[in-house]
Amino acid sequence: MNTPVLSVDALSVEIPTRHGLLKPVDQVSWDIAKGEILGVVGESGAGKSMTGNAVIGLLDRPARISGGQVRLNGTRIDNLTPAQMRKVRGKQIGMVFQDPLTSLNPLLTIGDQLSETIETHLAVGRTEARKRAIAALDEVGIPAAKDRIDSYPFEFSGGMRQRVVIALALCAEPSLIIADEPTTALDVSVQAQVIALLKRICRERGAAVMLITHDMGVIAETADRVAVMYAGRLAEIGPVAQVLGAPRHPYTHGLMGATPLASKGRKRLAQIPGAMPRLGALPNGCAFHPRCPKAQDKCKSDPRPTVQDGAGRAACWFPMEDA
Amino acid sequence: MTLVSIKNLTRVFDVSKPWLNRVIERLPKRMLTAVSDVSFDIEERSVYALVGESGSGKSTIGKMVVGLLKPTEGTVEIDGTDLMKASGSEIDRIRSDIQMIFQDPFASLNPRWKVRNIITEPVAARGGDTKGLAEKLLEQVGLSAQDAGKFPHEFSGGQRQRICVARALASEPRLIVCDEPTSALDVSVQAQVLNLMSDLRDEFGLTYLFISHDLTVVQHMADRIGVLYLGRLVEEATPDELFSNPQHPYTKMLIEAAPKMDGYGREVTPPQGEIPDPINPPTGCAYHPRCPIAIARCSAERPPLATKGKGRVACFRAGEMT
Repeated sequence: MNTPVLSVDALSVEIPTRHGLLKPVDQVSWDIAKGEILGVVGESGAGKSMTGNAVIGLLDRPARISGGQVRLNGTRIDNLTPAQMRKVRGKQIGMVFQDPLTSLNPLLTIGDQLSETIETHLAVGRTEARKRAIAALDEVGIPAAKDRIDSYPFEFSGGMRQRVVIALALCAEPSLIIADEPTTALDVSVQAQVIALLKRICRERGAAVMLITHDMGVIAETADRVAVMYAGRLAEIGPVAQVLGAPRHPYTHGLMGATPLASKGRKRLAQIPGAMPRLGALPNGCAFHPRCPKAQDKCKSDPRPTVQDGAGRAACWFPMEDA
Repeated sequence: MTLVSIKNLTRVFDVSKPWLNRVIERLPKRMLTAVSDVSFDIEERSVYALVGESGSGKSTIGKMVVGLLKPTEGTVEIDGTDLMKASGSEIDRIRSDIQMIFQDPFASLNPRWKVRNIITEPVAARGGDTKGLAEKLLEQVGLSAQDAGKFPHEFSGGQRQRICVARALASEPRLIVCDEPTSALDVSVQAQVLNLMSDLRDEFGLTYLFISHDLTVVQHMADRIGVLYLGRLVEEATPDELFSNPQHPYTKMLIEAAPKMDGYGREVTPPQGEIPDPINPPTGCAYHPRCPIAIARCSAERPPLATKGKGRVACFRAGEMT
């Protein structure tokens, strides 16, 4: 088997606070192969962004990686020094964040920002960098890239800015792209454009993409595999049609029931009782057990199991049967 | 019976630079038409939804319906009374019939007020009796009576939105304008709030004007949907008709572009272009530069909102797109 582009192995993140140690990410493991899009879903506070930040070494102190390994193309990157990590970031890992306006420097032209990244990571001169910057803008679908390269971010619309951010993430030709809620701030029609762009680039470049989002619809259309997170833990992972179509973990099942869907008509939405527990007060055993309709005594005490199910995994003692 | 009747509603904002800059830089005045000639009726005890992308004027219409903004032209009549022309006593009577729920439950509750005061404010402001009211309403929206003594920061996003719902219910309104009520909430919390809103509607015979950008939520909640594009109402129909047989090319594009939960590996041809600048909207039909079936007439003339079947649509080539 080929080495996966990104391999996250039992990754844990902890935040020491006055009230004790919080674990926003707890023993999360997954691989992303070349040319694959892994969708990471979960509600707010599930630890999706924290996992992404841990992978790229951008955890804000006092949060720190407390266990596990992150390997990029077979090389460990979780124990690098900040200086070494800076070389990896941008060069081997591209990043796209939610808000395109805050990810761009408002005082520099688009061209300067792209050229700077290209010159830093690839051994090319200024003229060549500019040429590549125009090519990168062309690739993400900015019309008349040659004329617009000297524009400032404020002269672009939201969708265009997000394209520029994607161009920035791509220009050093990374093997992994981490996209954290890349379409959340965008309108439906622009969102469709950005998703199509991400998919095309993943296919053409063979880059691996970790797509973090809370929108199940976006995941369904974009991702090859999906990882569902709950309270910092991986609840379920597997091929997208399997996880969304026939969820094994009761939490995924509940999420699907709570999503309004055309085919369900106007029936009442299924509710998951309660709310996600706070990190400081996680229940013992399975973190979902207080809200779970299938919970039994075993769930309250025993640590999470992992049930292999075909190409997927679910962390549940009593996984759902086929509906 | 028609509860809300909106006729030829238009709102223009002056977004010019300050006059001194205009004189020095010789700039013309800039006018932004947020809402342009929109007319629709809302039946009592129904849910009317407005959908559209950002800048389509949906929130501006919501604000004009509750009287937070004055229309530049046109009228909003609630139960036959025009809020802008009515006398003081009439306004007092109508005002308590209208309430609003906002998008961000973190910004729409005063952090220094106890939940009890927040909820009873719409009644207390009119000198009504508020004894036990907050406790009763809190239980109706699924919180506990003890929560009345707490402050907003002690609640999660979904619980705060429930408090907003309780506040909206306090004055026993007939119409509630909900501006993106679940957009800031997670899916599982959104389901709780949507279910609550449906239950309350059945229980109290409420009418909702439901403003959202999320097509699936709108499809789930609405009895009638109006689609807005650049401040214009382009199509109006029941959810079943709108989603099974959209007449306007924009509606069709919007429905196809929305991500589908069962669309595994679906390859969509993404829509072309973006929403144009509302300060200089295209001539004729505002959608014609992006429309795949536009003809010469579309750029010259603005299509009127004409009745077609059970709905209304503003397009010269309505239904011709396949």
